[in-house]
Amino acid sequence: MADNNLYCVSALFDTPDKIINAARKTTEAGYKKFDVNTPYPVHGMDKAMGMGQSKIGYITLFFGLSGAVFIFLFMWWTFASNYNIVVGGKPFLSAPAFIPITFETTVLFAAISTFVGMIAVFFKLPHNSHPLHDTEYMKAVSGDKFGLVIEADDEQFERNKVTEFLKSLGAFQVADVYLPEKETYKLFTSGFVIFLIILAIVTSAATYITLNKLMYVVPFSWMEVQPKLNAQEESDIFTDGKGMRPPVDGTVARGELPYPFYGQTNPPEVLSNPTVPTKKILELGKRKFLTFCSPCHGNFAQGESRLNGQFPTGPTLVSGKIINYPDGMIYHIITNGQNVMPSYMHQINREERWAIVDYVRVLQRAQNPSQSDIQEVKKESSSNVTK
Amino acid sequence: MSPNDSGYIKKDLPDNIFKAGSLLLVVGLVLGISGFLVDSYRASFAYLVSFIFFLSIVVGSLFLVALEYAANADWSTPFRRVSEFLAAGLPLLLIFAIPLMFNTGSLFQWSHADYIHSDKMLEAKSAYLNTPFFMIRVFAIIIIWILFYTFIIRNSRKQDESGNQLLTKRNIILSVIFIPVFAITVTLVAVDWIMSLESKWFSTIFGVYLFAGVALSALAALTLVSIKLKEKGFLHPAIKEDHYYSLGTLMFAFTAFWGYIAFSQYMLIWYGNLPEETFWFMQRWEGGWKIISILLIVTHFIVPFFYLLSYESKTNPKKLKFISIWILCVHFLDLYWLIMPSMSKNDHAYSLNWIDFVFPLVFIGVILMVFQKVSEKINLVPVGDPKLKRGLDFHL
Repeated sequence: MADNNLYCVSALFDTPDKIINAARKTTEAGYKKFDVNTPYPVHGMDKAMGMGQSKIGYITLFFGLSGAVFIFLFMWWTFASNYNIVVGGKPFLSAPAFIPITFETTVLFAAISTFVGMIAVFFKLPHNSHPLHDTEYMKAVSGDKFGLVIEADDEQFERNKVTEFLKSLGAFQVADVYLPEKETYKLFTSGFVIFLIILAIVTSAATYITLNKLMYVVPFSWMEVQPKLNAQEESDIFTDGKGMRPPVDGTVARGELPYPFYGQTNPPEVLSNPTVPTKKILELGKRKFLTFCSPCHGNFAQGESRLNGQFPTGPTLVSGKIINYPDGMIYHIITNGQNVMPSYMHQINREERWAIVDYVRVLQRAQNPSQSDIQEVKKESSSNVTK
Repeated sequence: MSPNDSGYIKKDLPDNIFKAGSLLLVVGLVLGISGFLVDSYRASFAYLVSFIFFLSIVVGSLFLVALEYAANADWSTPFRRVSEFLAAGLPLLLIFAIPLMFNTGSLFQWSHADYIHSDKMLEAKSAYLNTPFFMIRVFAIIIIWILFYTFIIRNSRKQDESGNQLLTKRNIILSVIFIPVFAITVTLVAVDWIMSLESKWFSTIFGVYLFAGVALSALAALTLVSIKLKEKGFLHPAIKEDHYYSLGTLMFAFTAFWGYIAFSQYMLIWYGNLPEETFWFMQRWEGGWKIISILLIVTHFIVPFFYLLSYESKTNPKKLKFISIWILCVHFLDLYWLIMPSMSKNDHAYSLNWIDFVFPLVFIGVILMVFQKVSEKINLVPVGDPKLKRGLDFHL
């Protein structure tokens, strides 16, 4: 170990048979830290070098299984837990549909982890270079020669002995390889940094030009020119000249029933309230009433609204006249409209309209309480106090 | 290389193999015939399972031989003869198909005219599914196989004496022709013998499914017999763990392939959810069949897959022998699962019966007897093959 800077002694051979033989002899001579470089895989080399089974398989297995577990849980979370999606009428958690993706992800994780693991082990990251790189030796073994190196930090290493030993194996050339003067991580050299900067500029420019110029050019035109009709467009195809088609006569929207009394002044008496005024219905009615009705009729339906004076004042809904209306009449007015009040058929759906009717009844009762109502309220408030 | 310096010394296999084979054959025949006498309906289904099992091994072995030639593989040359000998039972398929020919009435609903006319779909299919055409197909396919077998094997045997390389070339051409023929014929076998048991059912991947089982079981048989012979010293002494490793890897690959194909078939039918396809799986998901279906997934895929995953188990002869026997058993289970539910479709109460398990004895006996007979005259190692030396020197 005369020279601290010596990395190894390298030897070059002509044929795969010689290199196999050399590797076997080197193993037998008891050298531990040596390596073989060949232009292509030489079968039987592992055994000749006395290498055991590679441990990389465990990395592959571990990450392969992790990939399977991860993606299965991920699919379970997305499809069956966090945001349930019905696909093809199957259950949310349908394992057969998940298996292909689980399989692919297993392969992906296994392959990538094997590759990264190998790079990490062989290069001893964060090293991004190897002392043998950029040597005449490496040039030779990348072409048609077979090389063997014995590293200087091997226990048995003695420079002269090793040189003699390698020559005796039949090497046609034996040479010393020295470590670089100073260990540097050469990744961010000025050339590479300049390359990165140029790359960034080119990429940004290309993106800018693509998005702001190129995509406006025919035939891309941001895909605006399409053989289709936009909403409200004219069309020669139909005799009425409209691009949009009305629904076929008698079409009923999902969850909707047509209102057959539209345009009549009074609804028939058969129109009765299908809802039961539960707490849920009343809360729905309250929300819809405050949204749609209160701007004109006021928050408490007394006709005292915030639009007073700017707009025709909405009448009170708690007067005796309205109290005596049947539910169907109030519903009909919401649906049909009356005087300046427009129809709310399209803004508020059927159930919500009935819920509003229920809520209006609540407001009426609250402002015209009967004797029993007052007693009930008193009882309740006194019981609250005693608590 | 002249035939004599390969290092192989021919040794005769012990007579016990022939004796054991004939014993199995006789016991199997007695039990089988009594099975037919007791319950010919059930026996014909049970016989069909074993017949396809036998067919898998003999045709699959011929396929492996052809595969070696077509791929120009040298690592498998030292035990190509084992596959050849296993395929030697192939001409017997002609005889073994005859009992089935007499029982098409029990096996196939489409052989009944009144059943055909009950359904438009079946009437449309009857141009293909009718008894005369069925018989023509069965025998035509077997004869095509026998022709290929005869020519390929004859060339291979001639080479032992002459060492003529042209014979290898001829076999490569024959094999390259045989492989697509094999693909089509095996698909036809799968459709005719197994899929048409349910006259209305169809699955386009079914031929590949059977092929996966056929190739896997032939590989398992090859591995099992090769290791046995090597241990007793009948094969070339230079066969080593690198060869075993390759056999194990192929078995591993075909295990994964079988799983892939089986799942593909299941998933498409499950996803399509069409009643005319799903009923086949529904049959196999009720009563005791549910247990067998789950057992099949576990034993045919999960166990061999993880068992063969490690390097150690692929190079250890003992472990390889175990998994080969295992794979042969689960291939039988697979065929049982494919065929038997069609028998019980009329009465859902299904139970195991001794008749189901007597016919494998016949066929295992026949394979042993044929193997012994053929090995008396022919070398167990293709000593004249130009690839033999490279095959013996094979390193991973």
